[in-house]
Amino acid sequence: MATAAVTHGHPPTTTGLDHRKVAIWAFIGSECMLFASLISTYLIYKGRSVVGPFPHEACNPPLCATPLHAILNIPVTSISTFVLLMSSLTMVLALAAVENKGKPGYGGLFGSSRLWLMATAILGTTFLGFQAYEFTSFVNEGLTIRTNLFGSSFFTLTGFHGAHVTAGVLWLLTLFSIDMKRGLGPKDALLVDISALYWHFVDVVWVAIFTLVYLIH
Amino acid sequence: MATAAVSPAYAHTEESGKSGIWSWLTTVDHKRIGALYLYTALAWFAVGGLEALIMRIQLQGPNGHVVSAQRFNELFTMHGTTMIFLVIMPLSAAFFNFLVPLQIGARDVAFPRLNAFSYWVYLFGSLFMNSSWIFGMAPNGGWFGYAPLTTMPYSPGLNIDFWMLGLQILGVSSLAAAFNFITTIINMRAPGMNLMRMPIFTWMAFIVQFLLVLAFPVITIALVFLQFDRFFGTNFYTMTQGADPLLWQHLFWIFGHPEVYILILPAFGLVSEVLPTFSRKPLFGYPVMVYSGMLIAFLGFGVWAHHMFAVGMGPIADSVFSVTTMLIAIPTGVKIFNWIFTMWGGNLRFTVAMKFAITLVALFTIGGISGVMHASPPADLQQTDTYFIVAHFHYVLVAGSLMGLWAGIYYYFPKITGRMLSESLGNWHFWLAFIGINLTFMPMHWSGLYGMPRRIYTYDAGQGWDSYNLASSIGAYIQAVAWFLGFWNIWRSRRKGAIAGPNPWGAPSLEWSIPSPPPEYNFAAIPTVTSRYPLWELGSHGVPGGAVISDEDALKPNPTHIPTADELGIPIPYSTIKPLFVALFMTLMFGSLLLIHEDKLHLAVALVISFAFLMTLSLYAWLTSPLEPAHH
Amino acid sequence: MDNPSTHADAVSAEQHHVMGEVHEHPTWKQYKWVALVLTLITAGEVWVYYIPSFVAGPLFVPTLLILSAVKFAIVVMFYMHLKYDHRLFRALFTGPLIVAMSTIIALMFLFSKLTLTR
Repeated sequence: MATAAVTHGHPPTTTGLDHRKVAIWAFIGSECMLFASLISTYLIYKGRSVVGPFPHEACNPPLCATPLHAILNIPVTSISTFVLLMSSLTMVLALAAVENKGKPGYGGLFGSSRLWLMATAILGTTFLGFQAYEFTSFVNEGLTIRTNLFGSSFFTLTGFHGAHVTAGVLWLLTLFSIDMKRGLGPKDALLVDISALYWHFVDVVWVAIFTLVYLIH
Repeated sequence: MATAAVSPAYAHTEESGKSGIWSWLTTVDHKRIGALYLYTALAWFAVGGLEALIMRIQLQGPNGHVVSAQRFNELFTMHGTTMIFLVIMPLSAAFFNFLVPLQIGARDVAFPRLNAFSYWVYLFGSLFMNSSWIFGMAPNGGWFGYAPLTTMPYSPGLNIDFWMLGLQILGVSSLAAAFNFITTIINMRAPGMNLMRMPIFTWMAFIVQFLLVLAFPVITIALVFLQFDRFFGTNFYTMTQGADPLLWQHLFWIFGHPEVYILILPAFGLVSEVLPTFSRKPLFGYPVMVYSGMLIAFLGFGVWAHHMFAVGMGPIADSVFSVTTMLIAIPTGVKIFNWIFTMWGGNLRFTVAMKFAITLVALFTIGGISGVMHASPPADLQQTDTYFIVAHFHYVLVAGSLMGLWAGIYYYFPKITGRMLSESLGNWHFWLAFIGINLTFMPMHWSGLYGMPRRIYTYDAGQGWDSYNLASSIGAYIQAVAWFLGFWNIWRSRRKGAIAGPNPWGAPSLEWSIPSPPPEYNFAAIPTVTSRYPLWELGSHGVPGGAVISDEDALKPNPTHIPTADELGIPIPYSTIKPLFVALFMTLMFGSLLLIHEDKLHLAVALVISFAFLMTLSLYAWLTSPLEPAHH
Repeated sequence: MDNPSTHADAVSAEQHHVMGEVHEHPTWKQYKWVALVLTLITAGEVWVYYIPSFVAGPLFVPTLLILSAVKFAIVVMFYMHLKYDHRLFRALFTGPLIVAMSTIIALMFLFSKLTLTR
C-alpha cells in the first residue's frame, strides 16, 4: 500500500468537482421528490372538491356562496410564467458575466454581473408579486386554503414553490451585495453556479405546475 | 504485548485544549460526532426498551392493569418512534460518521459543520419529542400516525403535534447528513479507491443516503399536510370535504418502505465487514453484494402498498405490489448466501462481534421468511394487524438490524476508544440477548396467527394467547438483563478495557491502519489504494484462502509517538458552536407552533418569526466564517 | 496546488479544475435562442388552451405534457448545463427524477386518476 506524498492540505477531490456542486445536485434530487408529493396530491384531489370555487369551472349556489367564474386566471399566470422563464435567462447571463469577467466580448453593461444578478432578483420578485396578487384576489373571491380540497392543495403547492422563489431571491440579493462590496470574478463562479442551479430548478418546477395546475383540465 | 500503554487520543487533546464539555459542544470532527450519535442513541435505546418492558409487564397475563389504555397507546407509539428514529437510525449514523471517512482514506466528511448540525438537530429533536412525557401528552397515534385518526377531531390534544413536529425536525437532520455523505463518498476517496474497491459498509452507507434523499421529502409533505390540517384548518385529511382516507397511508408508506431498508442496510454493511475478518477470507461475491444492495434500494420504492393490502385497493394493485414484494426477496436472499459462503471454509474466530454478526444472518432469515408470507395479499388478510406482523418486524429489526449494529459496536469499539470491550462480559451479553430475543418474538408468530391483534392494551384469558404472552414477557425480562450487561460492558471498558492497537482483529480495510483511537487528522499521509483489502494485500480481485496478516501484526500496539496535526502541517477545521445554535433555534421555531393549539396564535407567530430570525443570523455567521485556517 | 494524484476516473486533471469546470458552456448567443424557444413553446401552450375543440379532444393533455417536458428538458440541459457537465450530475439528477415521475404515475393509477381501460 503506497502512500502519496500529500501530507498537508487537502487532496484534490476524487472527481475533480467541487463538493458544493455535488451537494446541490443531491439536494435538487430531494426537491424532485418534495414537489412530486405536492403535485401528486394536487392531481389526486383534482375534481374532488365538495364545494367551490373551482379552478376551471364556474360555480353556483349551493356549492358557492354567490355564482363565480372559474377562478384560475390563465392570461395573468402566462405572463408571470414568462417572467420567471426570463429570469432564468438573466441568471444564465449573470453566471456568464462572472465566469468571463474581464474577457473580450464581456465588457460594459452586458458583462455586468451586478446588472444580471439584480435583474434576476427583480424578475423573481415580480413573479412573487404576481403570486401575491393572485392569492389575494382568490381570497377576495372566496377561495382560501381552508375552503375546499382545491384551495388546500393549490395554496400549499404554489405556496411552497413561492417560498422557494423567495429563498432564491434572498440568495441572489446576497450575491449582489457581495458583488457590490468586493466584486465577483471567475474564482467565485462556483458560488454563482450553485445559486443558478437552484434558481433554474425552481423555474423548472413552475413549468410543471403551470401545465399540470393551470393548463390541463 | 504492548509495553507502554498508550492512552486514548482524547487524552492527547488535553494539551491542545480539546477536552471538556465545550470541546464536545463545538466539535466538527466526524469521529467525535460519531461518538455523540452512539452514546445518545444508546441512551434512547434504554428509554425505548423501558417503554417495551412496561408493555410486556402489562401483557404478561390476561387482563393486566399496570397501565391504562391511553397510556398503552403512548407506550407503543413512543417505543416504535424511539426505536426507529432515535435508536436504529442514529446508531447507523454513528457508524456512517465514524467509519466512512476512515474507510475511504479521508480526513473528515465533505461538510464538517453540517455534520455537527445534523447531530444537534437529532439531539434537540429527540428531546423535544420526548418532552411530551413531562406534559403528560406523549404521542399516541402509533409510529405511523394514520390520518384521519391523527387529525384534530379525533386527536385534539398536543400529543400528535409533538410527534408531527418532532419528526419534521428529525427529518432535517437525516437529509442534511445524506447530502453530506453522498458528497463525501463521491468526492473524497483516496487515490486508487474506485467505487468497486470501497469497503462494503461504505457502499451500503452510500446506498442508504440515496434512500434518505428520496424518501424523507415524501414524509415531510405528508406531515406538512397534517400540520396544515391541525394548525390551519386545511382539508387534506378531512373526509367531509372529500379527502381520501388513503392519502396519508400512501404518502407515509412511500417513505415508510424505503425507511425499513434504511434501517437494515447499514447493519448488513457492518456484518459484511465483520464476517470476512473473523473468517480470514474476503467477502464472497463482493460485486453481487453491491448490486443486490442497489437493487434492494431501487425495488424498495416499488413495494410500499404491501402495507395496505387490507384497505381495498383492488385486485390489480394488490397483485402488482405482491409481485414486487416477492421480487425484492431475491436480492436480499442472495446476500444471506454470500455471507454463508464467506464463512464456508474460512478460519473462523467466534468473537462476540462475530456471534452478533452470524446471528443477524440466521435470524434475519426468519424475519425474511415471515415477510415473504405477508407478500401474499390473501394470506396477509389474516396476518395483518396481528402479532404475526409484530413478530416479523422485530425479527428483522431486533434480531436483524440491532444484532448487526451490536456486532459493529464490539468490532469498532477498539478503534473508536482505543480499548477492547470485555469478551467474557460480551458473551454473557450476547447469549442472554440471543435467548431473550427469540423467547420474546418467536411466540408472537403463534399468538398472531391465533388472532391476537396489535396495539391492544389487554386481553381476556382463554383465547389461546396466554402462554405465548407469558413467554414473550419472560423473554423481555431476559433481554433487559442482556442490554444492561451490554451497557455495563461499554461503561466499564471505556476506562478499564484492554488497550487496543491499530488492528486488534487483523482486519483488511484502511481504518485499521491508523492508531486506535485515530488522531485528529486520521491519516498522516493519504494512502494510495490498490486493492479491496489494502491491509491483506490480496491483489485487486482477492485470493480466497486466507489473509497475509498474522496474529503478531494484530497485537501490534499503537506507535509511541503519534504526531500532532501541527507537526504534520495539516489544517484542522475550527471548532464552532454555530451549528448547535442553528439547530437549537430551528427546534425552538418548530416547537413554538405548539402554541397555536394553546389558543395563542399571535404569540406563536411572534416566536416562530423570532426564532427564524435568530436561526438565519446564526446560519449567516456560520456561512461567512471560514471552515479552517487558511493554508496553501 | 497539491500533487496531482492519480484520479480514479479517467479524466485529466487539467480539464477538471477544482473551482468549477469550464467545459464549453453554451455562449450567450445560444442562451438567447434557448430563451426564444422557451417563450415560443409557452406561447403555443397558452394559445392551444384557448381552442375549445382542441381542448375537448384527446390530444390536448398529451400535447401539453410533451410541450412542458420539452421545456423542462431544455432548461435542465442548457441552463443547468447538464448536457455539458460531468456525467455524474446526469446520474444524480435522472435517478431521483425517474423515481419521482414513477411515484406520481403510480399514485395516479392507485387513485384512479389514470386507468388502462376506458
